[in-house]
Amino acid sequence: MFLEIKDLSVKIENKNILKSLNLNINKGEVHAIMGPNGSGKSTLANVLAGKEDYEILNGRINFKDNDLFDLNIEERAQEGMFLAFQYPVEIPGVNITPFLHSAINSKRKRMNEEEIDNLSFAKLLKSKASDLGINIDMLKRSVNTGFSGGEKKRYEILQMSILNPDLAILDETDSGLDIDALKIVTDGVNKLKTKDNSFLIITHYQKLLDYIKPDYVHVMVNGSIVKSGGSEIAAEIEKDGFQKFQ
Amino acid sequence: MNSETLNTLDSYSKNKYKYGFVTEIDDEKPKKGLNEDTIKFISLKKNEPEWMLDWRLKAYSKWKKMKEPKWANLSFPEIDYQDIYYYSAPKGFEKKPKDLSEVDPKLIDTYNKLGIPLEEQKVLAGVAVDVVFDSVSVATTYKGELEKLGIIFCSIGEAIQKHPDLIKKYLGSVIPPGDHSFSALNSAVFTDGSFVYIPEGVKCPMELSTYFRINAENTGQFERTLIIADKGSYVSYLEGCTAPKRDDNQLHAANVELIALEDAEIKYSTVQNWYPGDEDGKGGIYNFVTKRGLCAGKNSKISWTQVETGSAITWKYPSCILKGDNSIGEFYSVAITNNFQQADTGTKMTHIGKNTKSKIISKGISLGKSQNTYRGEVSFLRKADKARNYTQCDSLLVGNQCGAHTVPYIDSKNNTAVIEHEASTSKINEDQLYYCRQRGLSHEEAVSLIVNGFCKQVLQELPMEFAVEAQKLVSISLEGSVG
Repeated sequence: MFLEIKDLSVKIENKNILKSLNLNINKGEVHAIMGPNGSGKSTLANVLAGKEDYEILNGRINFKDNDLFDLNIEERAQEGMFLAFQYPVEIPGVNITPFLHSAINSKRKRMNEEEIDNLSFAKLLKSKASDLGINIDMLKRSVNTGFSGGEKKRYEILQMSILNPDLAILDETDSGLDIDALKIVTDGVNKLKTKDNSFLIITHYQKLLDYIKPDYVHVMVNGSIVKSGGSEIAAEIEKDGFQKFQ
Repeated sequence: MNSETLNTLDSYSKNKYKYGFVTEIDDEKPKKGLNEDTIKFISLKKNEPEWMLDWRLKAYSKWKKMKEPKWANLSFPEIDYQDIYYYSAPKGFEKKPKDLSEVDPKLIDTYNKLGIPLEEQKVLAGVAVDVVFDSVSVATTYKGELEKLGIIFCSIGEAIQKHPDLIKKYLGSVIPPGDHSFSALNSAVFTDGSFVYIPEGVKCPMELSTYFRINAENTGQFERTLIIADKGSYVSYLEGCTAPKRDDNQLHAANVELIALEDAEIKYSTVQNWYPGDEDGKGGIYNFVTKRGLCAGKNSKISWTQVETGSAITWKYPSCILKGDNSIGEFYSVAITNNFQQADTGTKMTHIGKNTKSKIISKGISLGKSQNTYRGEVSFLRKADKARNYTQCDSLLVGNQCGAHTVPYIDSKNNTAVIEHEASTSKINEDQLYYCRQRGLSHEEAVSLIVNGFCKQVLQELPMEFAVEAQKLVSISLEGSVG
């Protein structure tokens, strides 16, 4: 099993957010999790990435033969987990080139691969940026600083394509995007998809799933997955909302 | 704040000052305390002419009537000037050694440990170094090569002997001894420091550098540096400093004067890494420094760049007097304070000539329980038509027990002056660290990257040979471990 979440219960500040959640993802699969606001979708994303504000009450998570709880945030990232943030934070004065260059090399170090040198990295960054229709001038700016909502999301996808993760978690990546930006972002995801990597797409709306075809759709309500199936569920939600699942 | 961040912050605070060793060497000191006899002792040791002794004694009589300036946002116990040694020299240093074979091997070893070899073939290519140990200059490298171009690069003590005309003309011309109590004190008891003269039209082909080391206990270091760039000349100068770890506070009160004549340019860079004290705020250097440059001629330029990471207390305002028309003054500063360090630093730009320009970029980083203040004054005198200033002050806070303060004064007597001022204060927050770590960077890498990014605008002003060193120093000031 590539990612196995078993009986996961999580609380934050005395509030139970996830309740006995189960989810299995195999290599090469695209899973979508849909649910109303406050159902615990983003908590799941952050617990997977290792954010430390949560208390794990019960359950376990296996990721690529690791007990995920043995790894800290950066070790999970180096193992190939990538979280595209819902609200990417601004880091003034830090240029994307040294930032991503260090990131990719820390991953390579962990994988016992040779580090990539400055020149090859700059080339890689430029070519990936032009694939995603990102202006070279944007690469000269500080990470996320002064970016519009759409620019930030494209920038997340650029980082994802450089780091080439085994498991990419997209947390509401579609929020705040117009149709053109949505196309660029989903194109990027589709280009990156292979039989060896997996995606977990968290979304509130069905719109995103018009562009990325998931193999499985899960409905999450009140901290648990209440229904799983194919993309027909997305259509159901589109028609009737989440009410019938609650 | 989560536990990991606290752990990392805690590890930052661990003692990691790698220059804190003491060299066991016989030294020679006068009695403790400051009086006319101390000054006569210093002057005699330096074999100075009478006019120099008179100059010192005049400064001393001014000092006696003065009180320490109190504007800074600093708190420290009163300095007992009678409890300090004002001169310390390794024995046998009445005359500066002619070459390294005359230098005590322990001293050479000290500088090797500090990463500053004195043998020229090992010295950084393209950098000439003058090394000051406590009160005396130990060695000056590449002297011969510079002499061929007419460049004078020697200790100030040697310059007083060999170039009295230049000393008489310029010493105290930018910082008068009576300016304030620390300049009077320095003028009375200064021991060594560097002297540079670049002749007309000469571009100095290498970086000139001075390295200051305080070794002896209870000893103040009072160095005096004087740099004169004659018409159309150029020089880039760098100073570095370290001191052993001691539980007592030690006083360092330097004066640095720069004079740029017509079309000349002086670039002065400092990497200040005096012992900052331990994690409880015990010990460390009190660094009261006066640095001032005079753009005397038309189209002259003086540029100060400083990276301040050490000292328990930093009190320092490298300034420019823009007298010549079209002259330019610049100040680039990174000041990092950790634990109980206090820094009150900034600059003064005084626009006198027409079309004079000044630029101030200040980056303050506060960690632990430290206090970091930017203090600056930009003034435009009546004749400074169309003068301009741009000021940018940014503060970064790491943790929630430190402080950052910005105190800019602006005074304009000319209504054609253009003044721009930008200021910001930000925090490294958990979300930024989470974001970086999610991309695979370790906690320390993330902090170092964020802080270095924050300082970049200043670090890139340093001479190439030192920019990388300074970047490392910034990281070391943040990180817990040192190799």
